[in-house]
Amino acid sequence: MRNKECVAMLLAGGQGSRLYLLTQQIAKPAVSFGGKYRIIDFPLSNCVNSGIDTVGVLTQYQPLMLNEYIGNGQPWDLDRTYGGVKILQPYQASKRADWYKGTANAIFQNLHFIDKYDPEYVMVLSGDHIYKMDYRAMLDAHKKNGADCTIAVIEVSIEEASRFGILSVDSNLEITEFQEKPQKPKSTLASMGVYVFSKEKLKKYLIMDDENENSSKDFGKDIIPAMLGAGERLFAYKFNGYWKDVGTIDSLWEANMDLLGNIPNFNLHDPRSRVLSRNYAEPPHYVGSDAVISNSLITEGCEIKGTVINSVLSEGVTVESGAVVKDSVIMSGCTIQKNAVVNYSIIDSNTEIGSGCVVGEARETSQGISLVKHGLKLPCDCVVPPGAMVDDDYMLKFEKCNKDDSKKEAVK
Amino acid sequence: MTVAGVIFSNIHDDNIPELTKMRTMASIPFGCRYRLIDFALSNMVNSEIYNVGVITHYNYQSLMDHIGTGKDWDLARRTGGIRILPPFISAYTGEQKLYVTRLEALKGIVNYLQYLKDDYIVLCDCDIICNIDLSKIIDHHIKTKSNLTIAVKQTYVVGDMAADTQIIESDDEGRITDILSTPLYENGYKDINMNVCVFTRTYLLKILSDAVVHNYSNLTFDILKKNIHKERYHIYRYEGYFTKISSIMDYYDHNMDLLDFNIRNELFNVKNRPIYTKVRNSPPTRYVEGSSVMNSLIADGCIIEGTVENSILFRGVKVNKNAVIKNSILMQDTLCGDRVELNCVITDKNVVIRDGRVLSGHESLPFVIGKNSIV
Repeated sequence: MRNKECVAMLLAGGQGSRLYLLTQQIAKPAVSFGGKYRIIDFPLSNCVNSGIDTVGVLTQYQPLMLNEYIGNGQPWDLDRTYGGVKILQPYQASKRADWYKGTANAIFQNLHFIDKYDPEYVMVLSGDHIYKMDYRAMLDAHKKNGADCTIAVIEVSIEEASRFGILSVDSNLEITEFQEKPQKPKSTLASMGVYVFSKEKLKKYLIMDDENENSSKDFGKDIIPAMLGAGERLFAYKFNGYWKDVGTIDSLWEANMDLLGNIPNFNLHDPRSRVLSRNYAEPPHYVGSDAVISNSLITEGCEIKGTVINSVLSEGVTVESGAVVKDSVIMSGCTIQKNAVVNYSIIDSNTEIGSGCVVGEARETSQGISLVKHGLKLPCDCVVPPGAMVDDDYMLKFEKCNKDDSKKEAVK
Repeated sequence: MTVAGVIFSNIHDDNIPELTKMRTMASIPFGCRYRLIDFALSNMVNSEIYNVGVITHYNYQSLMDHIGTGKDWDLARRTGGIRILPPFISAYTGEQKLYVTRLEALKGIVNYLQYLKDDYIVLCDCDIICNIDLSKIIDHHIKTKSNLTIAVKQTYVVGDMAADTQIIESDDEGRITDILSTPLYENGYKDINMNVCVFTRTYLLKILSDAVVHNYSNLTFDILKKNIHKERYHIYRYEGYFTKISSIMDYYDHNMDLLDFNIRNELFNVKNRPIYTKVRNSPPTRYVEGSSVMNSLIADGCIIEGTVENSILFRGVKVNKNAVIKNSILMQDTLCGDRVELNCVITDKNVVIRDGRVLSGHESLPFVIGKNSIV
């Protein structure tokens, strides 16, 4: 078999603890986004659209959903006889048995996977960003510069800069300095978590890093500084499109809202760069006679009889008559019963919001996004205050509240 | 006990010339995201029939496009799976014509049927809309020790019904006593042929070789009616939602039927029996501020800026600002420009309606705009 020019390694083991309830049972890359997608669809589709057909997906935290979702990779055309998508989980070996101890360690433990395809270049991607990018253009820049490592960067505001890995570059975009989440950023070029390495160099530094007991085994903290320190050729690759880190509830909500509008910030409808995802056999969505839908994204299988404004609805959501959904993200299979109001909230999949419930508060006055966990059934007429996170424990309060016969009282 | 399926993709093409000019009956788009064959294929797969042959005639490129490898119906398989059965014409026997009747079509696939190992064959046409559990018909077939079981639906029959509606008469035990091909006499409830039937494979092969020997060409009159008292033919009476598409009016009406919750529910929301179709990876439909949509069924991938009422929108339809779409069926990738007004219009795929055009048909005669037209 011919060798592959480039193999992609997709880091999908992250817990995403700042997504709280959304990632209690699934890994962050499996979190639902934009109606019919999961976060991992974006890097996977980018790979396929860039002609990369060999992808290793490194999983560790709650991998079941992700394994099932990716399956044999068929929805992304990654069911290949040679290459395709492979799930790489931590494993036992004769001399060692370890969890992945960091992003670099995860790749290190799977160097044999990379070697099998004998590529010249390795892309390291993370599974928690929303963006459409042509990786091939980046690979071309890497080759043209004769680089050992190329890091994709995006311009951010100076206020935001301290949340990212920040790069300083010279006029040729060669990287002169790298700061991980700096207090005083020296530049506004943030790393997107998208790397191209020349394979031999990557291998060399991963092996060196593994032998270093003081290392935290992280690309940003250890590998990149080590390569810079040794005088290797590191280049930045500027990306101008839409890119969003969806690591927090607020940013996940914002990214969903970026899909809306006459000219959305992030356009899913662009036929030149299709985002591929696993599709389920859902009928078309139905809009009832009294329904009002404005500035929203509605997916197949929905039944809309109430009002939906500025919201993103995943497949199979029912909004009954008189119900109002505003400024919210509703994930698959939810039912918003009669006269319930959902405002500025994220409702996880297969949740039932009982009739007359009030979840969240108008965005203008709200103190935060309300969150309801997967699969819960909110009893009728209960009130979820803004910023609340409703999980099983929280539900007990509702039951108690109902027993006290003090319905409609806000649970504080 | 194993079962194989055979689907007739073209047999009723003449009924809807408006939509079958460029395609087969089987690949007529229906219900926002489906094509007619999706019902036949999904019914088979949901009844654990994983070996399906599709008999084609002409113009079947669009059908092959739709089916692809069959993976969207879980029919891309090493054993069984889906097979296209192109019309059989030998290069060495001089002048030969394409098949016309159902029996001639079956004669053309005798080799295929002989090669199968299955005990029973389900035959199904593509002009039917229903979500039916075929395994119940097969069980019934086995229980009654039949050679042939025809699924029927009790329907109120009127004199001017489509000419290819067959009425099946049967005795108290469900044994078929007569088959009428033109319902001319009094109106009333009759069992009509659903164009779904189960044959015992060995029996089917027997009558096919008989048909070859005697040069028979009509299944009903040359074979079934001659043997009706000799052989065991039974009916299976289906109770659920069933309809046939026999004309462009039927096509319009039955698309509009989907706006009824109960019909939609009975077709699409049956537990463990979804209707599968080709995946197109369309993004969710985007509604912008100022859009107004009422009582409509809408697929993914649309962008809606205008007003839509009582309509069926397929994937990738765009309705621009101030456009008003009423009582219409807009197929895949139809573009409606600014201030367009449509009423009772059916647009085929990729139709472009330029800004300001006003078009109207009538509920009794929808206006059909052909594929790729620009208005």
